[in-house]
Amino acid sequence: MIQCKTSKAIGGMGHSLKRKEDARFIQGKGNYVDDVKLPGMLYMDIVRSPYAYAKIKKINIEEAMRVPGVVAVVTGRDLEKYNLHWMPTLMSDTQMVLPTDTVMYQSQEVAAVIATTKYAARDGREAVIVEYEPMKPVIDPFKALDPTAPVLRSDKEGKADNHIWNWKVGDKEKTDELFETADVVVKEQMHIPRIHVASIETCGCVADYSKVNNHLTMYMTTQAPHAIRTVIALVAGHVGLTEEKVRVIAPDIGGGFGGKVPVYPGYVIAIAVSFLVGKPVKWIEDRSENLQADSFARDYHITAEMAGTKDGKILGTRFKILADHGYTDASANPSKFPTGMFSIATGSYDYGTTYMECDAVYTNKPPGGVAYRCSFRVTEAVHAIERITDRFAFEVGKDPADLRMQNFIKKEDFPWKSPTGWIYDSGDYHAGLQKAMDALNYDELRREQAEKRAKGELMGIGISTFTEIVGAGPSKDFDILGIKMFDSAEIRVHPTGKAIARFGTKSQGQGHETTYAQIIAEELGIPAENIAIEEGDTDTAPYGLGTYASRSTPTAGAAAAVAARKLRDKARKIAAYLLEVSEDDLEWEPGKFFVKGAPEKAKTIQEIVFAAYTNHPQGMEAGFEATHYYDPPNLTFPSGAYICVVDIDRETCEIKVRRFVAIDDCGNIINPMIVQGQVHGGLTQGIAPAMYEELIYDESGNILNGTFMDYLVPTAVESPSWETGHTVTPSPHHPIGAKGVGESPTVGAPPAIANAIVDALTPFGITHLDIPITPFKIFKALKEKGVFAS
Amino acid sequence: MNKTINVTVNGTKHTLDVEPRLLLVHMIREVLSMTGTHIGCDTSSCGACTILLDGKSIKSCTVLAVQADGKSITTIEGLAPEGGPLHPLQEGFKENHGLHCGFCTPGMIMRCVELLEHNNNPTEDEIRWGISGNLCRCTGYNNIVKAVQWAGAKMRGEETPSTEPEFV
Repeated sequence: MIQCKTSKAIGGMGHSLKRKEDARFIQGKGNYVDDVKLPGMLYMDIVRSPYAYAKIKKINIEEAMRVPGVVAVVTGRDLEKYNLHWMPTLMSDTQMVLPTDTVMYQSQEVAAVIATTKYAARDGREAVIVEYEPMKPVIDPFKALDPTAPVLRSDKEGKADNHIWNWKVGDKEKTDELFETADVVVKEQMHIPRIHVASIETCGCVADYSKVNNHLTMYMTTQAPHAIRTVIALVAGHVGLTEEKVRVIAPDIGGGFGGKVPVYPGYVIAIAVSFLVGKPVKWIEDRSENLQADSFARDYHITAEMAGTKDGKILGTRFKILADHGYTDASANPSKFPTGMFSIATGSYDYGTTYMECDAVYTNKPPGGVAYRCSFRVTEAVHAIERITDRFAFEVGKDPADLRMQNFIKKEDFPWKSPTGWIYDSGDYHAGLQKAMDALNYDELRREQAEKRAKGELMGIGISTFTEIVGAGPSKDFDILGIKMFDSAEIRVHPTGKAIARFGTKSQGQGHETTYAQIIAEELGIPAENIAIEEGDTDTAPYGLGTYASRSTPTAGAAAAVAARKLRDKARKIAAYLLEVSEDDLEWEPGKFFVKGAPEKAKTIQEIVFAAYTNHPQGMEAGFEATHYYDPPNLTFPSGAYICVVDIDRETCEIKVRRFVAIDDCGNIINPMIVQGQVHGGLTQGIAPAMYEELIYDESGNILNGTFMDYLVPTAVESPSWETGHTVTPSPHHPIGAKGVGESPTVGAPPAIANAIVDALTPFGITHLDIPITPFKIFKALKEKGVFAS
Repeated sequence: MNKTINVTVNGTKHTLDVEPRLLLVHMIREVLSMTGTHIGCDTSSCGACTILLDGKSIKSCTVLAVQADGKSITTIEGLAPEGGPLHPLQEGFKENHGLHCGFCTPGMIMRCVELLEHNNNPTEDEIRWGISGNLCRCTGYNNIVKAVQWAGAKMRGEETPSTEPEFV
């Protein structure tokens, strides 16, 4: 039971307040980008390459220009005139906006058709004729490093191969020595394949350039509006779009999950066209474009190893990764972290030796890599450590829960320095796992499993105990294109005691209009329902780096608390003045200052705020407003213990998730209902890659499942009835002790499910299966072990 | 060659001149500027465009506007008067945190309107199968099920279940 310091009427931390933003959504009055309609607006549709790798011989636009309603067709050659045909990526690589001679992935943008109606734009798109000279693409990332492979980025001067960069961390010598001498060493090859965020709203924009005002308003599905504005100014400042002439508005966004962080070519083309014609240009991608060309997630080939003693003590880990980045490095990581936060892969265990190395390669596939609630590659890291830990437990003959308990970092050892240099702030891993085990009656389940095994029935129990790393991040180490990753809150309280607060983050469903109000309500005692929250308009919101990687509560949430505390300090001064006492004579309870020992002599926050405008002390600045830009001193480290129970049909190999318990620790909880909702959603986006989703390419680079007909987003039928709970270890360095939670479930769930399925199959000698684990994969694995021999 | 059609939308009769190939969802969003109904896929898969056509929930991206000629449609905007009392499902979704980003919500609610009209006391399984044509990427579906059960209770005139989140 969460103890609240404020009443329900005030609605501070810990209250499960119903959401303020719901009112418009349940009545169909949300304002998403495709709802934006401006006078004279034109529509844009994009011609895309059917080939994964081809030379463009000719683009014939004559027939398209004859389609009624079509006003223009834009190609790479048109953009080249303004040096806009290429743009920088977030990782300091370069990406085509529109190609001038070569296409690099199937569904790459090749030309854009602009028309007066949506349907005319589509008709025009169908009428553009492109002549290609197909070449043999590089699809297998392992083959990309072959000396005979074609050099995909021959546009880069001096480039002679498809290798992008090498990254390493840890102590190679010490780790190699350990692995040579250790009693027990386990190794598994894992591929975490490409998946796609597939938020129900696809990406899109309305670029509205006014020639009269020399001003661009960009309505855009973006999780980071300020960063976009700065990037536009950096890329197009030379044609007059300097930063004060650009306004980015992220309206309501129908799901982001990281897929709406990158700058896609469609946005840039829309801006360029609007700039040239001086009319609003709308581009909304359809679902197949979204799945086939947008930022994918994952695609890491990992060799995971663990070394330890015969009685289950983990001594070290070693990870080697081949990262398939597509044709350019456009992954959305903080600039100094090409593999994101992968170095958290040491996990929740107390040992001191690790070495990790990654090579990234170019292939003829779309760019991206960091999306789908991955927390900057933590999904990959946790999948690797939790799978190899289970593998190690099986090798030494120990129950996976016992093995984890034996090796967990102890609660009293925090803050704890990991072998890769992270300082984990707090956690109680033993309590988390115990709570999950108690919720399921774990020992009883193992007894049941033993009985079922004796009868040849397949039942599995899988555990995942993870440490997350979020809240990017301290300015010392974190930046995106050089911009530091602070975040901001600006709070202004009106004379009648109601407030408006604006932030540098941008919710895509996380409930900030409610949770940020609760943080401020906690500090000032102003009811959350009286605090309006705004995000997403760069003209009014303070500068921030946006919402992704579970960073909002750790950064902007902290900024809100600090700004509110500045206001409370001012309130104290005003209260002292009004009550004619010294500040030290005052005590605070949520919503009022009162004189120590004389509680009837009090001033409410509303009276104090009114005085800030009507009767403020001489010499004090009038008004009641504070802003804070928060530079976090460290990341935060949420954690969790998940247990999954599966039953597998021996004949059809169908997998049924019987139960799934998720115990999360996200520090102090702002709104338990919203936290639970985030966990539910993240768990469904966890079972998805574990059992259903994978982007599949053939050797010609054709995507085989680029629509919702074949890319299997879980419905309510596939999604289990999740059971959730929490432990609370506040973050010692965060102003409200909160850590963030949005991605924890997507990080923790896939290995729990994979571990459960493998656990069911270990009697047959199966030690690993790559996700997504389908009935067919199980069937094949069992068949190989002779299980279906007739 | 345009065709003239007569469609009643949320109780109001409209006479419209439309291309035969115009999708019903585009008629609603572009011609009538009612943007509560959303598009989330190429066709037929996601259900974000679900509305009621003569009382039956259908995916409006899979129906041509001309097929609605002479018929009556209800969109999310027509479920409750603006500023007026909400439909139990709308209230249920809000009370039970059945939405995050809100994009799938109108379609989800309209599907559930027919679901509850057909059976106002559905089991969890019946709800999950009943909404299996509507994708949600945010909520994980647990609370959508709760919202529908809550709305069902309200519509049956019974006491509604607690809306406090339950934890292990």
